[in-house]
Amino acid sequence: MDWLQILSNTGAAILAPTTIAYALAALGLAVHFGFAGLLNMGVAGFMALGAYGYAISILTFGLPWWAGALIGLGAAAIFALILGIPTLRLRGDYLAIVTIAAAEVLRLLFLTTTFDEVTGSADGLSGYHGSFRESNPIPDGTYGFGPWTYNENDWWVRIIGLITLAVATFFVWRIIHSPWGRVLKGIREDEDAVRALGKNVFSYKMQALVLGGVLIAAGGVVYALPSAVNPGIYVTSLTFFVWTGLLLGGAATVFGPLLGSLLYWIVFTFLGNVLPALAQSGILPITGIQAGTLRYILIGVALMLLVIFRPQGILGNKKELTFVK
Amino acid sequence: MSSEIPAPDTPETNAAPPTASTPRAKTTGLHVGDAAPGVAKVDPIIVADGVRRTFGGLTAVDVDHLEIPRGAITALIGPNGAGKTTLFNLLTGFDRPNEGSWTFDGKSLSGVPAFKVARMGQVRTFQLTKALGLLTVLENMKLGATGQRGERFWQSLIPAMWRKQDTELETRAMELLTKFKLDAKAGDFAASLSGGQRKLLEMARALMSDPKLVMLDEPMAGVNPALTQSLLEHILDLKEEGMTVLFVEHDMHMVRHIADWVVVMAEGRVVAEGDPYSVMQDPAVIDAYLGAHQELDLGVVTGRVPAPEGAESSASAEALEDLLEEIQAEQAADEEETK
Repeated sequence: MDWLQILSNTGAAILAPTTIAYALAALGLAVHFGFAGLLNMGVAGFMALGAYGYAISILTFGLPWWAGALIGLGAAAIFALILGIPTLRLRGDYLAIVTIAAAEVLRLLFLTTTFDEVTGSADGLSGYHGSFRESNPIPDGTYGFGPWTYNENDWWVRIIGLITLAVATFFVWRIIHSPWGRVLKGIREDEDAVRALGKNVFSYKMQALVLGGVLIAAGGVVYALPSAVNPGIYVTSLTFFVWTGLLLGGAATVFGPLLGSLLYWIVFTFLGNVLPALAQSGILPITGIQAGTLRYILIGVALMLLVIFRPQGILGNKKELTFVK
Repeated sequence: MSSEIPAPDTPETNAAPPTASTPRAKTTGLHVGDAAPGVAKVDPIIVADGVRRTFGGLTAVDVDHLEIPRGAITALIGPNGAGKTTLFNLLTGFDRPNEGSWTFDGKSLSGVPAFKVARMGQVRTFQLTKALGLLTVLENMKLGATGQRGERFWQSLIPAMWRKQDTELETRAMELLTKFKLDAKAGDFAASLSGGQRKLLEMARALMSDPKLVMLDEPMAGVNPALTQSLLEHILDLKEEGMTVLFVEHDMHMVRHIADWVVVMAEGRVVAEGDPYSVMQDPAVIDAYLGAHQELDLGVVTGRVPAPEGAESSASAEALEDLLEEIQAEQAADEEETK
């Protein structure tokens, strides 16, 4: 077993664009679920809109990368409005059903061959990096040390990703610790009570849905920055992975989603490297492929244990259990 | 807490035991003509006309005409299922009637959503108390204030826009909390309060919006006698401060004690109106709601206990006093602990 390689791969997960993308998505989900009490089960759909909005704007319409990113975010905002108008007046569970269905509808729209020229159907989209890499001020070369050695393009992706994450985190922290955030938390506790105090509950829920949706879409854009866009990524299990990251860190906290996503990816990568190695060296009586799948089972078990024994997450206030009313 | 906290003494409830508090004058001369269902008021704050609400085959509320007098305390009583809470929900915009129109302060409220009704100065509480459990008591209070700049999406991002207003609200909230003896709990989650304290919090929170009309849905349900006494004082204070109060209550002693006007509902209709004394003599009201034995102990009614001649009332007053002392001692001990 090559422990050095395993640890190096695990360490690389800390700065991976995927980790940053998950952190952004989990932050948006924290606004939805943790602070506004909106059960969004369509995280994958919002991320897909960000990613496809970005890629299609560049490939089909020839826009610069930043305009593509903005269009991705705008698409998510419109999606949130469309989902919110019929469902936000209803009880919370309806939003969960509608979002999970809408995310699947989006994925199937991106998958169908009808729009092959624009969406690339099952092959997805790639080769949209030109504009983004042109904007890179870092000279050609390889930088960094240990597991964090990347070339100029990889660094540029990570820098833009981290800047986005920092701005988003500050934004959310600021707005949650304001009277606006207070109203939102009140709505999470009891809509009617807040309504009786003269607040337009529907409007606040809509604002939260749009804000969270835009943040999740930003995660989708960061996810798409270094690699390709493929409908196979934006499946329902992506939604549950982001949920795991959020609940791990603490749903009703601002920094919990960041910590949770980071830990999620460290553990996930570690298991993905160590389990096949254990299988190969005969310690685990299973094949390498089985070992690769085993980590999904372990993540599922971890999610269950988390919800049962520490529903507030790592950073959550012990008294503030969002599952226990 | 950064704000100034006023000294935690409330003379009107601390100094005088409730049994010795001087009865305050009732407001009279509220109506025009004979006191009958739907009688016109001298200065109505709410006027409802032909309000009807049906749930399937059941007509929950069917009020031809009702006026609520301004600047007075009006009690809404009636048997369970009489439609009192439904009428509350209709008047506050939480429910829509099948037909009818009603005005608040001269402005039509038909089709106006609940949050706008609240902004107009008509604030309500709920029968099942709705304290926002995972917000602190102080946050609950601040949420009650209307017209907050920091509650707008973009403005909330710039603390300079709302910090000052928020500090002012905090001072005001602490004043109200002190009055309601909840100031020691300001930093706790509302979920940690007892049922009675939540009732107090809900009422105090409603007052943060400077309402013209306060609508209380069973404010005394599940509250112990001593706390009831202080709640009564608070409600009387509201009237003194120029607010109108409309409340639903089953405790007839309380209704008699503080209400200036009583509206009796049964089966969705207003069956009687008048000042508390005359309404409670009304045979229709006794039949429909009070029952013939309202003054007697239940044990006397069922024949298990012999009727005590006059001794009963003073005994209960004594018990009440004992209870109050006990509670005050407990509170003092609590304060000691928190220090």
